[in-house]
Amino acid sequence: MQIILIQGFAEKLQPMTYLEFEQPLKELNEQIEKLKESEQKNGVDISKAIRDLEKVLKEKTKEIYANLDPWQRVQVSRHPDRPYTLKYIEYITGGHWIELHGDRTVKDDKAMVGGFGLIDNMSVMFIGQQKGDTTKLRQYRNFGMANPEGYRKAMRLMKLAEKFNKPIVTFIDTPGAFPGLEAEERGQGEAIARNLYEMMQLKVPVICIIIGEGASGGALGIGIGDKVLMLENTWYSVISPESCSSILWRNWDHKVTAASALKLTAEDMHDNKLIDGIIKEPLGGAHAHPDEACALVKKEILKQLEKLNRLSPEERVNNRINKFCSMGVVIGK
Amino acid sequence: MSWFKRIKTGITTKNKEKKEIPEGLWYKCPECNNVMTSEQHADNEWICSKCEYHEKIGSREYFAIFFDDNAYEEIAADLISGDPLGFIDTKPYDGRIRSTISKTGLKDAMRVAKGEIEEQKAVIACMDFAFIGGSMGSVVGEKFAMGVDEAIHHNCAFICISKSGGARMMEAGYSLMQMAKTSAKLTQLSNHGLPYISILTDPTTGGVTASFAMLGDINIAEPKALIGFAGPRVVKETIGKDLPKGFQSSEFVLEHGFLDYIVSRKEMKKKVALSLRMFAPDFVEVKHSEKQGK
Ligand SMILES: [Zn+2]
Repeated sequence: MQIILIQGFAEKLQPMTYLEFEQPLKELNEQIEKLKESEQKNGVDISKAIRDLEKVLKEKTKEIYANLDPWQRVQVSRHPDRPYTLKYIEYITGGHWIELHGDRTVKDDKAMVGGFGLIDNMSVMFIGQQKGDTTKLRQYRNFGMANPEGYRKAMRLMKLAEKFNKPIVTFIDTPGAFPGLEAEERGQGEAIARNLYEMMQLKVPVICIIIGEGASGGALGIGIGDKVLMLENTWYSVISPESCSSILWRNWDHKVTAASALKLTAEDMHDNKLIDGIIKEPLGGAHAHPDEACALVKKEILKQLEKLNRLSPEERVNNRINKFCSMGVVIGK
Repeated sequence: MSWFKRIKTGITTKNKEKKEIPEGLWYKCPECNNVMTSEQHADNEWICSKCEYHEKIGSREYFAIFFDDNAYEEIAADLISGDPLGFIDTKPYDGRIRSTISKTGLKDAMRVAKGEIEEQKAVIACMDFAFIGGSMGSVVGEKFAMGVDEAIHHNCAFICISKSGGARMMEAGYSLMQMAKTSAKLTQLSNHGLPYISILTDPTTGGVTASFAMLGDINIAEPKALIGFAGPRVVKETIGKDLPKGFQSSEFVLEHGFLDYIVSRKEMKKKVALSLRMFAPDFVEVKHSEKQGK
């Protein structure tokens, strides 16, 4: 389908989008652009001035990104220029991949994509939620919110990978499982539950990477892995800060407080042993350097696969089950 | 010697005593305004005698309904939440926990016990909606896990009665991972060839629906319970129009293929006991040989 090809291959041509706290970077970038323009126009060498300014930009970026608060991280995780699942798959496989469609029961969910791809000549099953990067594509992808058939499609592909002894990599990027009427009719709860149960027992290595938003059961539904990793500027929790605010404070004004309270950043999730590791993003975030981000993710996948391949299927499944069973803090045991 | 310790000796089975109903109180059905005495209501398993409305009840009542002679031994009764995130919304979570414990007399939103259902060993985990909306946090996950271990240890069935608004926000990531944890435990139960019966009661939503509640070897519901993943208000906001009548009711969920049967609370013990008998002949045989061995 045409639209998918465009989504997969198109480089982003639109100008950078800047978040509120990135405004100083915007100004510096604009100054640099102006200097470059005038250099071209006037033929006077001001490359040193440009280099100096670029250094300032780098330092400022470092400074801003070293001090992001949890709510700002949530904003970065949703940055429209961030690479989405298909971008990662394209980059990691160098385009050597075959998208597979459909859950074989109801339909093909466009919010959940997947297929076999080659990574350093190894065949891997890639699965993930897909967001769109234009208004039209965002709707086409249902904003990355899968219906039950999306989770069942993901499970079908995982079973296919298991049958042929291929490892599985999932990319998690969703504001949640779709809370629609038909989703309820077709058993959204059952679809997610089934995935948790089945993924727990997959005999092949499973790596799950949160590349953007990891919202609740909709994220966990493809999130049971031997290694669960978060990119540096992503979030993963039981609820979004906005919804948390609206439920606990009865309005949306406490999303910043909620973002802190939920301990949803990669660092907090790792400190609490709820994920296995963090993948560093390029300076200024994955949205500033998408290719670099993809390269870092590819490197990490290869590193983890190498380790996981050394274990037997039984060891992997036991470790996976034990890991999730050890999560939780209770008093009185 | 029984395989579990009876909590009381000389148990009486009179409803008035076993269910600790004070005399002289009245119950008014919220659905049809039918008035019954609290005692009549309890004798009728907390079902309205006129319209069959199933009032929400807790673990104490369900244990009384299911366990023979109301005899059972509770497992991990003293676990309480650890507030791992130091969560504060309009009040601190640890304070909320403490005040809910003293208000409800419960330690968290699930109790687990072992006993017998028509002479068949079983472990029952039962959620308490009175405890922060039956929300699932670390304690619910851990008790569920210990319940499954107990069932495996005694080679018996595991039953979970769900009644929950979903995950407990104040435990955030920990609460989310209880979905994974409970599902993981069910794979272990299954690998031992032991049955898991999931009973969904009003309401069962969110993370509980999207994990253990939907994973029963058989899924059962009480009539007219609200069962869904997203809450009705959220679905309504999503589609921007009113929901069809009966949406997300037990009957709706049965019709769409996610329940095996709906049963009135009055018939539930009998039907669950019969269902248990259908699973593995070994259960009956193990029981039988044990008896002969004595
Ligand atoms: Zn009534």
